[in-house]
Amino acid sequence: MEAIERANQISVDRMLSADPVLVDVIPAHVAIPALSEGRKILHAGPPIDWRRMCGPMQGAIAGIAVFEGWASNLDEAMAMAGEGVFEFHPNHHFDAVGPMTGMTTRSQPVMVVENRTFGNRAYCTINEGLGKVMRFGGNDGEVLKRLAWLRDVAGPLLGRALRESGGIALKSLIARGLSMGDEMHQRNVACSCLLVREIGPALARTSEDVTLLGDLLTFMGSNDQLFLNVGMATGKAIMDPVRGIENSSIVTAMSRNGTEFGVRVSGTGDAWFIAPVEMPEGLYFPGFTQADANPDMGDSTIIETIGLGGFAMGAAPAVAGFVGAGAASHAGNYTHAMGEITFSENPEWTIPAMDHLGVPTGIDIRRVVETGIAPTINTGIAHREPGIGQIGAGVVRAPMDCFNQAVRALAAELRVS
Amino acid sequence: MEKSKLVALLDSPLQVINVGLEKFADDLEAQGVSVMQVDWSPPAGGDPELADLLSKLGA
Repeated sequence: MEAIERANQISVDRMLSADPVLVDVIPAHVAIPALSEGRKILHAGPPIDWRRMCGPMQGAIAGIAVFEGWASNLDEAMAMAGEGVFEFHPNHHFDAVGPMTGMTTRSQPVMVVENRTFGNRAYCTINEGLGKVMRFGGNDGEVLKRLAWLRDVAGPLLGRALRESGGIALKSLIARGLSMGDEMHQRNVACSCLLVREIGPALARTSEDVTLLGDLLTFMGSNDQLFLNVGMATGKAIMDPVRGIENSSIVTAMSRNGTEFGVRVSGTGDAWFIAPVEMPEGLYFPGFTQADANPDMGDSTIIETIGLGGFAMGAAPAVAGFVGAGAASHAGNYTHAMGEITFSENPEWTIPAMDHLGVPTGIDIRRVVETGIAPTINTGIAHREPGIGQIGAGVVRAPMDCFNQAVRALAAELRVS
Repeated sequence: MEKSKLVALLDSPLQVINVGLEKFADDLEAQGVSVMQVDWSPPAGGDPELADLLSKLGA
């Protein structure tokens, strides 16, 4: 249908012409004024109420409620959540994204990525590192102490440096990361190093306390996934201008809350197409098995939505083994398969090992349903109990039913029956 | 196909392209037959209503 092809071309043109720049780190309530009112907690995935949330999500909510001073301990926070004291909203409804549980509340620092082509901004919290962290449902004193350090030390230092530097251009940085073996979802080693290199001089110029600067650089330098949250805000900043293009069958967001998977499509506005989320298949850290795992979770699938992550598996053979996706020599097969369900390729984000093939760009719901090839997502695996953290990494497929619903809805919009 | 060509085909070492269900390819491979597997499934997973919608949407 010509109207769809034209709309999809507009959609992909907007994706490819995006100019994401990391410009600031500011408190979430400044970035998102709605967080100043009431006790709002933004979470990953499509909308969900307290009763239906998975264990890690409930654990994170209890922890963040204590962190914000809304409850004096975790038990009280759980009880308050059950009584409906907190307001729950998806990050995606407030220009934000968050990994795994995706907690975003008023006093947390958020990174600001500005899409300079279209003028919109997107937000994501700072990656906490590995181990016991809130994004995997961690909520004890160690987790809250780190969040307080991010709020009081890391956030202000990073914000000052970014403002002084004029921002860090992310499109070219990601292109270099792809050529250095990152796919930006489960492997961010190269981009994290490049980020530290870019921001380092401005940090040195703007930090008054050498000890605090040393702590920050140690934190940044020891976190291989530091860039993940930057990449996610980049994805959100790229995809938001693609929302609401009449007739477009291009996916604008994929996201999961640990219970359900949600998909949004440009031509159907901000409707969520929701289906039960699937369990990742992957490799587990010693001592854990699939019986310990929580179903897939997080807004990080915005990475795949812009053609990275599982879509760029061919750029990151090392990650294929880490996520249990088979031999490194087969990593390119995933990228080729994703090319079957996308509208175009990205000429600026290319994979050297695949003769500089551009990453598959613009997921077309028609092609997903026609071929039966669901988007491949590289993901971390959380323990199903709150507070334990990451127990593995794997690959998961987006549920086909989300796309079936989306095709029916787009057909209804177009009055096709 | 002419009968002679068919006989000649079956007399020579088989090289098979299997479209769809992988089980057929697995069984042939287990017997030492060279097989190339092509992933294929009916459009829209075989759902005729969805397949009809897709064709009208230009898929």
